[in-house]
Amino acid sequence: MANPKLAVWKFASCDGCQLTLLDCEDELLEIAGKLDIAEFLEATSGHSGGPYDISLVEGSITTAHDAERIQEIRRISGTLITIGACATAGGIQSLRNFADVEEFTRQVYAHPDYISTLATSTPISDHVKVDFELRGCPVSKRQLLELIAATLAGRKPHVPKTSQCTECKAHGTVCVTVAQGIPCLGPVTQAGCGNLCPSVGRGCYGCFGPKEAPNAAALSAHLATLGQTPRGLRDLYRSFNAAAPDFETESRRHD
Amino acid sequence: MTERVIQVDALARVEGEGALYVKLNGQELESCEFRIFEPPRFFEAFLQGRAYGEAPDITSRICGICPIAYIASACQAMEMALGITLSPEIEALRRILYCGEWIQSHTLHAAMLHAPDFLGLDSAIDIAKLHPELVRKALRLKKLGNTLMETIGGRAVHPVNTRVGGFYAAPDAAKLQALLPELDWGVAAARELTLAFAGFDFPADAGDYHFVSLSHPELYPIDQGRIVSSRGLDIAPAEYDDHFVEEHVARSNALHGRMRDGTAYLTGPLARYANNFAKLSPTAQATAHEAGLGAVETNPFKSILVRMVEVQYAVEEAARLIRAYRAPNPSFIAVPPRAGVGHGASEAPRGICYHRYEIDAEGRIVSARIVPPTSQNQPQIERDLARVVRANLALDEAALKLRCEQTIRNYDPCISCATHFLKLTVERG
Repeated sequence: MANPKLAVWKFASCDGCQLTLLDCEDELLEIAGKLDIAEFLEATSGHSGGPYDISLVEGSITTAHDAERIQEIRRISGTLITIGACATAGGIQSLRNFADVEEFTRQVYAHPDYISTLATSTPISDHVKVDFELRGCPVSKRQLLELIAATLAGRKPHVPKTSQCTECKAHGTVCVTVAQGIPCLGPVTQAGCGNLCPSVGRGCYGCFGPKEAPNAAALSAHLATLGQTPRGLRDLYRSFNAAAPDFETESRRHD
Repeated sequence: MTERVIQVDALARVEGEGALYVKLNGQELESCEFRIFEPPRFFEAFLQGRAYGEAPDITSRICGICPIAYIASACQAMEMALGITLSPEIEALRRILYCGEWIQSHTLHAAMLHAPDFLGLDSAIDIAKLHPELVRKALRLKKLGNTLMETIGGRAVHPVNTRVGGFYAAPDAAKLQALLPELDWGVAAARELTLAFAGFDFPADAGDYHFVSLSHPELYPIDQGRIVSSRGLDIAPAEYDDHFVEEHVARSNALHGRMRDGTAYLTGPLARYANNFAKLSPTAQATAHEAGLGAVETNPFKSILVRMVEVQYAVEEAARLIRAYRAPNPSFIAVPPRAGVGHGASEAPRGICYHRYEIDAEGRIVSARIVPPTSQNQPQIERDLARVVRANLALDEAALKLRCEQTIRNYDPCISCATHFLKLTVERG
């Protein structure tokens, strides 16, 4: 039987999640032996054409052209998986959703009329059916490998939707909020990075987006008692996963 | 009279989305455009109003390949605005981290994205079928760069341990020293890869370049320095605007960087190398000579060799700094916010990454300006394309198109960065 065909697609993004695939130095050649990498513009000029068994999609939809392109990719893909905060929540560029994009364009470009862009940055799932969303800014290498292995085996990937707090507890990392009063999004953020920030004495800043059913209002109330201003709270939720519904709702409460 | 159009709609093996359009009328080159269609993301606009401390983490998301460049330039600019002087220990740790990014990014580009061009192959995975040991060596070297970034920064893409004023936590000396055996291996591996790539058949070419790079009194420039050029420029990063401009052209979502007099210039490995050869280690210089490089290299197709010499230097430099490492204490310098303006410039793997911020008395960003290397190189890339097309008119369509693509990949263009970049079209008339 022929190896499944893999395609990697890019929309508005920093390329960091695709790079995470190339960063699997120990596994890359083995993956290449089990998958036919049919489309991966950043890594190869080869194009064997669709349809594709698995499509990994990085980036968010920010142009009319890209809104059409994702429809075509969905049509020629068996399993479509989004990777990273841009593709799953709109990314840092979704900060435009909270502002006037025409004003943004005028601020950055001398000739705003040369620029064609949508007023919003939206996740792939707003446009097409997505079979699995892998969180993170960037995605975790470990979770990406688990996702590829699970997809090849035809099983569900083991990607817990619990909070960052569970990772800190599992690693024995002292709580930065409780011990030092440092604002941390850990209680409302999905696990997966390996509790990186608290491990260096820093509060989680939400790279993996909201956990399942987060109680952000309760966290905000607590952080306010530690001295966070409404503006500080707003900006805490309004970053790399700003347009994820649970974070957007909470940030707007502090506008 | 025949019209020839060479067009590449989506360039492969570059970071981001770009295209090329070349139109020829007989022997006359009518137009030569390198386009960036990576969608704009408006970083400079949405940074306004954010806290100064957020700039390094937010701007790192401009590029997943060179996040340290953005982090370092943003930190440096904010430190200038706030009047923070770093301890030598913090500066050394930031330079080790930056060496990790050079090793990772350069090895990725040279071995996995650029080398296939010289072997007539599509990808590193195809190279692995013919030369598995070479690709394994490159992957192990790239991993070493990532390991440095993970050990210091927490993760390789968008590290979390960096902050304005230094680091959240200083890594243990023992954890860094544990990397020394692999770094010693890495010096030899970088040299071997340089010499392996030196055997490629390089197209003859020579650019008349104005080399612009950073320069440091003692060290090969990576994390900081003055901005100097092969034509006598020598300025502080704060004087950037007096000498350089960015213009917005219709065909591109990337601004084009030029000198104030409108001329193109070149930033990146060839420029750093030409302006700073004497500051490379004697061992890296020896590898350069063995690979057939002079003290100045003007053939852009040989940039792959210069990148690998820089990898050897970065591995040696990381090892040198780790041997001398003393954990910074405190791990960061914190000061109360104040109104001010700060400039930061560091050498991203692709060239100078310049940041300027104005902050208010509360430390909120009033204005932000970010000039990535690929925007600066865009006018020079188009000049290179014109020169290469004129010199290779006899090539057939497929060969000329490939040569044009190579000309662009010589720059390791980072299109995600430059958007504010490529489709390849050659039109012959």
